[in-house]
Amino acid sequence: MDHAAGKEVSADGLSVVLTSVSSDSHTWNLVVLQLVLEELGHQVHNLGACVPDELMVSKCLRLRPDLIVVSSVNGHGFHDGLRLIRQVRSHAELVGTPMVIGGKLGIAGPGCDRSRAQLTAAGYGAVFEDGTGLAAFQSYIGRLAIGQAS
Amino acid sequence: MSVPGTGSFGDFVARAHRAGKLVVQPRMGVSDPAAMRIGLLATRKATATAVGTITLDSYTRMGDNANARAALAAGIELNGYPIVAHDPAVTRSVLDGVAGPDFPVQIRHGSPCPEPIVAALIQAGLHATEGGPVSYCLPYSRMPLEDSIPNWARSCDLLAEVRSTGTDPHVESFGGCMMGQLCPPGLLVALSVLECLFFRQHGIRSVSLSYAQQTNSDQDTEALLALRRLATQWLPDVDWHIVVYTYMGVYPRTPDGATGLLEEAARLAVRAGAARLIVKTVAEGYRIPTFAENVAALETAALAAEGCLTIAGDPVDTGIHAEASALIEAVLDLGPNLGAALATAFRRGYLDVPYCLHPDNAGRARSYLDSTGRLQWSSIGSLPIRGVVGPTDTAKLTAAGLLASLSYVERTFDNASLEQEFQAVSDDSSGSTGDDRDPDPGNRSPAARQSA
Ligand code: B12
Repeated sequence: MDHAAGKEVSADGLSVVLTSVSSDSHTWNLVVLQLVLEELGHQVHNLGACVPDELMVSKCLRLRPDLIVVSSVNGHGFHDGLRLIRQVRSHAELVGTPMVIGGKLGIAGPGCDRSRAQLTAAGYGAVFEDGTGLAAFQSYIGRLAIGQAS
Repeated sequence: MSVPGTGSFGDFVARAHRAGKLVVQPRMGVSDPAAMRIGLLATRKATATAVGTITLDSYTRMGDNANARAALAAGIELNGYPIVAHDPAVTRSVLDGVAGPDFPVQIRHGSPCPEPIVAALIQAGLHATEGGPVSYCLPYSRMPLEDSIPNWARSCDLLAEVRSTGTDPHVESFGGCMMGQLCPPGLLVALSVLECLFFRQHGIRSVSLSYAQQTNSDQDTEALLALRRLATQWLPDVDWHIVVYTYMGVYPRTPDGATGLLEEAARLAVRAGAARLIVKTVAEGYRIPTFAENVAALETAALAAEGCLTIAGDPVDTGIHAEASALIEAVLDLGPNLGAALATAFRRGYLDVPYCLHPDNAGRARSYLDSTGRLQWSSIGSLPIRGVVGPTDTAKLTAAGLLASLSYVERTFDNASLEQEFQAVSDDSSGSTGDDRDPDPGNRSPAARQSA
């Protein structure tokens, strides 16, 4: 699945790191999101389930992706996601890498505006909570690909 | 101090089964001890023959007790009960006067490194848990099987020591679930039997074999009868029973759809002679259920089981028994040490779970849903079942195709429930008794729906 990624957006599309958070072992979400991204023409590095923060950061430092997609459904995604982005942003090389998160992020159903605001304030470019559908994500990816190519 | 006189989990289930009662059990776990106790009491008081559950949170499952403790300190609610982070005295106070011979409590976790969990449950006076070296590794972690297998061996050895206190410890294999969905039944049945053989090799004398409801009830019945035959054959000298899991994949979102699927699981369990059922709630598709939702699910399942009298005859043999047998024997042929044999089997692809991303899974076997909603192999990779499965059929995997397979059960049950609602609404507004159904449902105007 892994391959050496170039920084330029080429005919290969965006180079995307797709990852779960450290406590979350669900993978159907990752399998489907990988297919969605690949069908849009992008290169996906799927890091799989239960990715420790350090592993995720070291992969990103090596791959320098155009986009980091965090997916979690076990209900810890909000807290794990906040911790994770702080780790990522503590590396100068990854300060500007677009990063989004989605899934079932809390244990009580879709979160409140405040939790979404906290995630955005921490640096996530978009938050796709369960029930949003994939169309919003697809159009986000489309905008990003155009932005990066120009 | 331990909880006084807790009887064995296996005994409780065996007694209920002899009395003709299906034991029902929730998945239930919250981080706050006082709330956890309330949940157990609610389960105990439910109008059903129920056993209690403490489901552990994701941090504890991963052995990340630092993050579990940090969350407790910060008052953050977890998706389960952090039994290792809480002091043993706290967990004993949760169970005191609640758990006992008439209400056994099982720890359900999902950890490939369960030694601290097993130590904590023993300290709390408990003796029943769930999992397995494969089924709590592949779907639950990225840990190598080479580590999970010895971790599970040591945990079983530790739990087996409980027998010296006079109570037989119990372990349930999660092998009948794996990824929750899209795994053909033959492999689920084989994994359940193999994990129970592993528990037995590590001193456990009371086990349960699981099977998760899949996509077609005839196929499920055949699978459960195959599981029974194989358990009888391979586990003649231990106490065992069969536990059915209500559907473990993408769950219906409408309350009626969710309840309909649960009722079908209860009837499946009774028809196939299973002794225990793990329920799902109407909140499944959305979030962690409340205690009230769990109690309602227990009572719904108990009622559906009570109303079901038919015992399955011999269903058409589509080869599930032969397939599971071939898989079990291929693994046992790899050597007398089952732990080592399981690791070799995965390395060679003799066991290969469809759609599992774990690095130790070969990932060459694939499955699909046929037009009757039965799970079939589209590719068998190196599974040693070439002689027993029919022709396979590989179609290109797409996001839309996979999502359609994943949501097949959800759609079937949600559509049935919406259709019913629609019928009720239009029958209502047209004053019809419902006996003279409109042959053309296309005639029913959307206005009828809105008038509800
Ligand atoms: C299958 C399943 C499992 C399998 C998973 C096997 C595997 N390795 O993948 C098993 C049985 C092992 C399992 C285990 C657990 N599970 Co589970 N599981 C499910 C179930 C039934 C279906 C999930 C699924 O396959 N969906 C199909 C995929 C394709 O959809 P999806 O996951 O929703 O992802 C889509 C969208 O959410 C969205 N999306 C997701 N992420 C992102 C990210 C971005 C950027 C975007 C744009 C979109 C997006 O797009 C995805 C693709 O369409 C759900 C309930 C349900 N939905 O019916 C519970 C559920 C997700 N599980 C849950 C929990 C809590 C657990 C456990 C912690 C056990 C427990 N305490 O109950 C463990 C996990 C252990 C751990 N370390 O985390 C809860 C989560 C509760 C919450 N968030 O409030 C749920 C909702 C059940 C419940 N109601 O309690 N589970």
